[in-house]
Order: sequence, then C-alpha cells, then structure tokens
Amino acid sequence: MSDIVQNILKGDQRSIARLITLAENNDKIATTAMKDIHPYTGNAQVIGITGVMGSGKSTLICELTRLYRKLGKTVGIIAIDPTSPFSGGALLGDRVRMMELAMDDGVFIRSLGTRGMLGGLTSAVYDVVEILDACGKDVVIVETVGVGQAEVDIIKIADTTLVVIVPGLGDSIQTLKAGVMEIADIYVINKADRPGVEQTIAEVESLVDITCSGKDRKTPVLSTIAKQGKGIDVLLQEIEDHRSYLEKTHLFEKQRRLRYEAELVEIIRKRLMSFIFDEQTCKQRINDLLDRIGEKKTDPYTAAEEILGTILK
Amino acid sequence: MVERKIRVLVAKPGLDGHDRGAKIVARALRDAGMEVIYTGLHQTAEMIVEAAIQEDVDVVGLSLLSGAHMTLFVDVAKLLKKNGLDEVLIIGGGIIPVEDVPKLQKEGIAAVFGPGTPTEKIVEYIIKNVKR
Amino acid sequence: MYDKKELEQIRKQKEEWEKKCYTPLIDKHPERKKRFENLSNNEIKQLYTPDDISHLEYLKDIGFPGNYPFLRGIHATMHRGKLWTMRQFAGFGSAEETNQRYKYLLSHGETGLSVAFDYPTLYGYDTDHPMSRGEFGKCGVAISSLKDMEILFQGIPIDKITTSMTINGPAAIVWAFYIANAENRGIQKDIIGGTIQNDILKEYIAQKSYIFPPEPSMRLIIDTFEYGSQYVPRWNTISISGYHIREAGSTAVQELAFTVGDGVEYVKWAIKRGLSVDEFAPRLSFFFNAHNDFFEEIAKYRAARRIWAKEMKKLGAKKERSMLMRFHTQTAGCSLTAQQPEINIVRVTMQALAAILGGTQSLHTNSMDEALALPSEKAVRIALRTQQIIAEESGVTDTIDPVGGSYYIEWLTDEMEEQTYRYWERVEKLGGVLAAIEKGFYQREIAAASYKYQKEIDEHKRIIVGVNDYNTDETIDIPLLAMDEKGEERQIKRLNKLKKERNNQKVQRNLEALRTIAEGSSNMMPAILDCVHSYATLGETCQVLRDVFGEYEEQAIY
Repeated sequence: MSDIVQNILKGDQRSIARLITLAENNDKIATTAMKDIHPYTGNAQVIGITGVMGSGKSTLICELTRLYRKLGKTVGIIAIDPTSPFSGGALLGDRVRMMELAMDDGVFIRSLGTRGMLGGLTSAVYDVVEILDACGKDVVIVETVGVGQAEVDIIKIADTTLVVIVPGLGDSIQTLKAGVMEIADIYVINKADRPGVEQTIAEVESLVDITCSGKDRKTPVLSTIAKQGKGIDVLLQEIEDHRSYLEKTHLFEKQRRLRYEAELVEIIRKRLMSFIFDEQTCKQRINDLLDRIGEKKTDPYTAAEEILGTILK
Repeated sequence: MVERKIRVLVAKPGLDGHDRGAKIVARALRDAGMEVIYTGLHQTAEMIVEAAIQEDVDVVGLSLLSGAHMTLFVDVAKLLKKNGLDEVLIIGGGIIPVEDVPKLQKEGIAAVFGPGTPTEKIVEYIIKNVKR
Repeated sequence: MYDKKELEQIRKQKEEWEKKCYTPLIDKHPERKKRFENLSNNEIKQLYTPDDISHLEYLKDIGFPGNYPFLRGIHATMHRGKLWTMRQFAGFGSAEETNQRYKYLLSHGETGLSVAFDYPTLYGYDTDHPMSRGEFGKCGVAISSLKDMEILFQGIPIDKITTSMTINGPAAIVWAFYIANAENRGIQKDIIGGTIQNDILKEYIAQKSYIFPPEPSMRLIIDTFEYGSQYVPRWNTISISGYHIREAGSTAVQELAFTVGDGVEYVKWAIKRGLSVDEFAPRLSFFFNAHNDFFEEIAKYRAARRIWAKEMKKLGAKKERSMLMRFHTQTAGCSLTAQQPEINIVRVTMQALAAILGGTQSLHTNSMDEALALPSEKAVRIALRTQQIIAEESGVTDTIDPVGGSYYIEWLTDEMEEQTYRYWERVEKLGGVLAAIEKGFYQREIAAASYKYQKEIDEHKRIIVGVNDYNTDETIDIPLLAMDEKGEERQIKRLNKLKKERNNQKVQRNLEALRTIAEGSSNMMPAILDCVHSYATLGETCQVLRDVFGEYEEQAIY
C-alpha cells in the first residue's frame, strides 16, 4: 500500500486533498491508490443535495453539518460547480459560506468543477466520495447546482437525495414537473419565511401525491429557514428515517449497486475515450477518417464501426 | 488523459471589503482555464491556509487594500510554510507601497500586482511560475 | 422647446449636412472608432441638435436654479453666492496624529472636516479585538471610545466647523461619541453640524462594511433620523452614497439608479415609522463619485437632482427643502493609476471640474499617490490647491449651471434619468431594494460591469494613459507617509486604562439598558448616548447589538 493511501486512512488532510487532485487529473497514481482504498469504503452515509442557484444550499449544508458535528459525526463536503465550456476554467464559490466550518478538524470541504461532464457531476466525484469515506468521514454530502434535468446523476451516488426549492421561484417547480420529480428522497422548501411558502408547499405536495401514488413511501416535504437554523433537526431526522427505510426494504444494497454500476461505466467510458482519442496512432487514424468523411469516401457510421472493430477485436 | 488544471485560491484577508479587484482577477483566471476557489471576505490567515490545504491549490492570491498587508500577507505566508505548503505560489494585490514589495518578497509573497495591472499579466505570471 | 416649424427645418438641414458633409468625409477619413461609447456603454452620436431634446419643456423639465425640479442647481445663486465646502477625507493612525493632520488642512484653507476611520472602527471593533490585527490606523483613524473622540477634535472649533464622518455599521454609536464630546465641551447638540454616512444599503450592495442584517440596520438608521430631527437639527443623518457603488466597478448609470433608489427606500422606511417627510427629508444628503467621462458625470449629477425632486414630491414632500438634493462629491479613487502617479493630478482636476459644473455642495479631491498608499502632506495640499484653482482662477463659478442648455448635456441628462427608471422597474420586479440585495441583483450587475471595463482595458478598447498606452519606464518616487509606530501600543494602553478607571458598574448598567431597548422597538439613540457618556467602548456597545441582532452574511456574487 502506498504512503498516500496509508496517510489517508490516518485522516491526513494534505494526502486526502492531493489524492483528490490526482483523481481529478486522471493520474496513474490515483488509479493504483483507488484500488487500494476500495476495501476501506462503504461506511459513510452519502447525502446528495441539489437545487437551483440561490436556493440556499450552502447555508443548508452548513447548518446540517453543524448538527451532525454536535452528534459527534464527522463530515465531508463535496461542492460541485459548473466548468465553463468555453475556457475550461471554473469559479468555485460555495466555500464562501463554509470557511469557518472548515476550521473544524472533523470537517473536510472540497470544491470541484464539472470539467466537461454533463449531469452536474464531475467524473471524479465517485473517487472523491470513496476517498472521504475511506478517511473516516461518517457523512459525505455532495452538492450540485440543479440546472433542470441535468442533476439526475446525483441519485446514483447518494443514498439520500434532497431537492431544495425556494418559495417564489416558479421555475423550480416547473423544472420538477418537467421530469426531475422522481429523484428526490426528501423535498426541502428552504427560505420558508418568504412570501408564497404555503403555495409552494401545496404545489410540491400535490406533485408528490401524483408521483408517489401506489408506492409504500411518500416523499416528505419539509420546510426550513437555513439562515436561522430552523427546521434542520427535522431534516436530519428525515434523512435518518430514509436510511432506515432503505435498510429495512433492502433498497440500500440496490442503491449502492447503482453507484458502483455508474462508477464502473464511467471508468470504462474514460478509458475507452482516452484510448481512442489520446494514443498517437489512434489520433492519426481518426484524422485520416475525418478527412475521408469530408471527401465522402466514407461516412461517420462506417468510420465508427472501423474504430470500434479494432478495439473490440 | 492526464489533465492538469491550475487551481487558485483567491482570498480576502482582514476586514477590508473592497472586492472589485479580487472578483475581476477570479473571473479572469477562470477565463484563462483555471479553477478558482473564492473565499469571500473577512478571512483569517488560519481560514485561508485551511482552505489552501483542503482545496490542494497551486496558487494563493491575496487581495487587500487596507494597508494591513505587511501583517496579514506575511501571516498567511508563514502559516502556509508551517503547514509544509512550500510549493504553493503566493501572489498579492492591492494598494501596496513600492517600498513594501521587496519586504513581502522576502517573506515568500512571490509577486505583487498593483492597481492598473492588466489581468493577462497575472495569468501569464501564474502559468510561468506555478511550481507543480 | 422649439417651435415645430423650426424643428422641422433643423431636422431637414441636419440630414442634409450628414449626407453632404459628414458621410463623404468619413468615407474618406474614417473616424477614430466605429462606435463611440461613454462609460455606461451608451452610444454617443457625432452631433446633438435641438432635435434631440425637442421633447423637453424648459419651464417644466429644466427650470431655474433654486426652483423645482432643481435640475440647474439647488440654490438661486449657486457658486456665485457660496463656494462648495472643500472637505478632504482624512484620517490615519491614532487620534493624536489625525488631529494634527486636521489642523494642517484647516491652516491651508480647508473649510470642513471629513473623518476616515480604520477598519476595526468601521466594523465596530476596538483596537484590541483579534480581528483588528494589522489594521490599526491603516486606512483611517482608530476610534474605540469617547476618549479617542475627545483627542481627535482637541483644539478644533466644532461649534463653527462641520464634520463629515464616513461610518456606517456602527454610525449611531460613533455619532453618539461626537455628540457626547460636544456636550462635554459645553456645546449644545442643536448647534453642531455635520454628516454621518450611515448608508447601510450601499454596504450590502458594494462596500461590504456591514455588521448587522438589513432589518435591524434600517431600524438603527431611522432611529438616527428621528433623533436628529428632534435634537440635532443641523446634522445630516445620512449621506446616501453612490461613491462606493462606483468604486466597486459600477457604471455611472448604475451609480445613479442604485443610489437614488436607496434614497427612496430610506424615505419609505422613515414614513413607515410614522415620521413626517418634511421633518426628516431636509437632513438627507447624498454622496457621488466623479469619474473620468466628463460630460456623463455632469449629466449624472443633474439627473440625480431632477429625479430626487420628482420622487420626493410623489412621496408627499411639501417643503422645497425636502425636495432638493444636496450632495458631496469625491473624485474616483479607482481611476487613479499607480503608474506615473503625478498624472493623477490631471485626472483629478477634470473630475473635480465635472463635479463643480454638476453643482456639488462639497468636494474631496484625491491625492496623486493614493493608488500606492495613504497620501502624504504634500500630495494632499496639491489636491486641495486643485479645488482652489478651479474656484479662484477658472471662471467656471461665475455663472450658474454653465453647461445647461447644451444639446448633448440635456439629452444625456434625460437619457440617464430614463435608464434609472428602467433599473428601478427591474428592482421592483424582484420585490424591492432589500429583496434585490438578497438575490444578488446589484452585486451581479456591478461585477459584470466592472469585469467588462477591465476587459476593455486589457483588450486596448479603452485607453488608460500610463496603464495600457503611453507607458514610461520609471522608478516611482513618491514620498510615503510615515506613521507613528507607537500609535497602536499607545491606543491599547489608553483603552486598558480607560476600562480600569471608568465606573464599570455604570457601564454595565447602561449596556444592559441598551440591550433591553434593542430587544424592543423604541429609539436606541438615548440609550447609546448613555453608554458612550459612561465611556463604554465602541466594541462593547456594538457587541450588545451584535448579540441582539446577529451579523450579516455575505452574498458571494462575482
């Protein structure tokens, strides 16, 4: 086992941070380390939080984390923000509200850019969850910006997914109706001191009635005022209840299996893509194929079959 | 497919609330393809260094216009060193008298960018001097 | 303003001029730019004529100085009668050092004082608070108690001279220091004059020196309005400030729209409290920036006056005093360059001229070295002399509103007013000023404008002399202000001594009384005055309010 993995298992902050970077960069060292780490994972409870910009997710996470800390649990937070498709850069600002929280040794916060992945996640997120899990965090919170349907990927990682909504932001309800309804395990109506809160709760509840009819668990709709710490205790209890529900109904194993499946697919995808697009010889071949497509000597389908043919041989 | 991205922490130590410069620099670095973690205002040296560790940044950029740079920039540089983050490139910006610049450099703040610095100059400097 | 026939003629002849003279010429010799834009990114035409202002009616929209809508100035005589107050913002180190600087400025012809406080004071911390580390006296003077305030104004006739204090979060407490100091010197409250900035909205929007959340902050401000109009009638209890909004990177239009919008918001809150508009409105004052685009700045001040007059009338003001906008101006700190610092004198001169032509009531001119450090005595003197030259030598003060009636100026004034109302509509849609702050609307608008401006400079679309063109290799030789290194030590000693020697039981009693009032809803000013009179420190008094009200958390928008 490498030094970095041993240090991570001891909870060394710098090693944790460094391995996350290596994993994000698809570095070979990370691949080896992640293999070593896997046996030490599976203990952390993974909570996904998604919602539109300005819904107060960061504040909610802060308050939730404070409460977990009071209960003696350690917390890892992964805050994901979109990478600019134009420059490849990203402005990661979720930490602003959490700067003081990070001073607590039992809390580790990491900001990630999506780096070209759709679905609001970064492909490294699976690794980061495992790293924080292995280093002993009891709870790992994954925060993503909901931009419509794109946040659905979060349910593959999280044991429990929270969807955060704010009164008065009519768009967020529309988004729910558009089909992301299914992803929430718990609805949180944050900023519940704003006008229009009753209407928002009613709207979400009526949506829940439709989607949950005939199911044995009805998605709870909670209201919070994260800024004042209100409703956080109830939220934490609901998260725990959901966890017990998963265990009781054996959905928990199914959920974890879903995550591993997503991770496996992601690793294969990454490897294939890098094989096709990175190796010098392949690059040359693709260039040739592109020329021929342009000259109408071949077509994209035939070209694709040709490339896959050599790999799958 | 190894994809290195330069990660930069843009931080506002102390009480000064002038964040126009910090925000412009943060945006410009993003537009140059870097990942920028912004700390927000009113940070202590301890908070900045903790963030630098957890975010595993290559660069810490400090912005201060209140004149407290000789204390607060140096606090951050010393604490980074104490935590073994010698590889981190530290740069500063703000209202910094010319005669303070060599003193700051001696304390580990590699470069200081005053008002009117074109943002591309900061981008170039980072790309050229980032240590890993 | 013109009869229809004449306008028709003008329009026709302009078209002809364009066809015959202008277009052929630019076909041969293209103009320097494809599109001419001012700092608010509004396109500027090659020529303005009566046609551009034909919709304006002289008597209704322009009028006379000292008359509604005050476009041409708030007094009938303007600078012919009285020059503006030359008020240089100053403060550094300890109270002793700043006291010396004030005496220096007064001896060189300054006519009003303006206090800059250091960061700990702005945040309501005493010098010995951990967050004060490194900040003592750095960009202003440290005032932790009434004792410091006594030293700051020792030997200065505060019954004759007015003082402006740039303080916001803890404004009520620092104002109480000033009042208490006057009272202890035997000067009645109703004699002293001056201004507290006390404008918390622009702190959330731009400057970020806030302490408490919006609601209790607004309550504190309305408390000062109420107290001031009853007991300190010559005091301006607020200076609604666009200066900092501009410094944070806004355009001129944003500065205008957001600032006057904030003003309206304060008035609404005061009315809600039950105050009568004509009682407090005459004590509201404004504070604007003077940036580089000469005509745009002039138009901004003129538009501000007209909008304010109209809005105050709508809000029920009856007295003319309530409708006229008095304002202070400071030249733009953010326009100063660290490169070739001496040329900042030229920038400041033009900015100052714009403010004076725009009808300012008082003016601060920046010193050439302020992009590098606190200004030296010589630099401050030159800055002050700049105002004196404009006042005494240039002749621009001999007539009122000399730019009024310029087709370009009147068009631009009107256009900026239009754009202000468009911004207000957007704010209204978001649910009003506080909601727009909470949603990060202003912050986002300003961040976008400031990034755009920087990009234009980076891409050489906008030239800043000495920065992206006309550079010289030079070693910057600016003598820097040396501060007394013993100042902080002396200040902390004084603080410790004070805490030992005062009647601590009385202090505790007064602080507790303030807590009770703060938890309720009555006016907090009397209780704050009791606290400061018993020498409770700024930090102690502020802490009581922090306990009761909590602290505001930043909206991180970029």
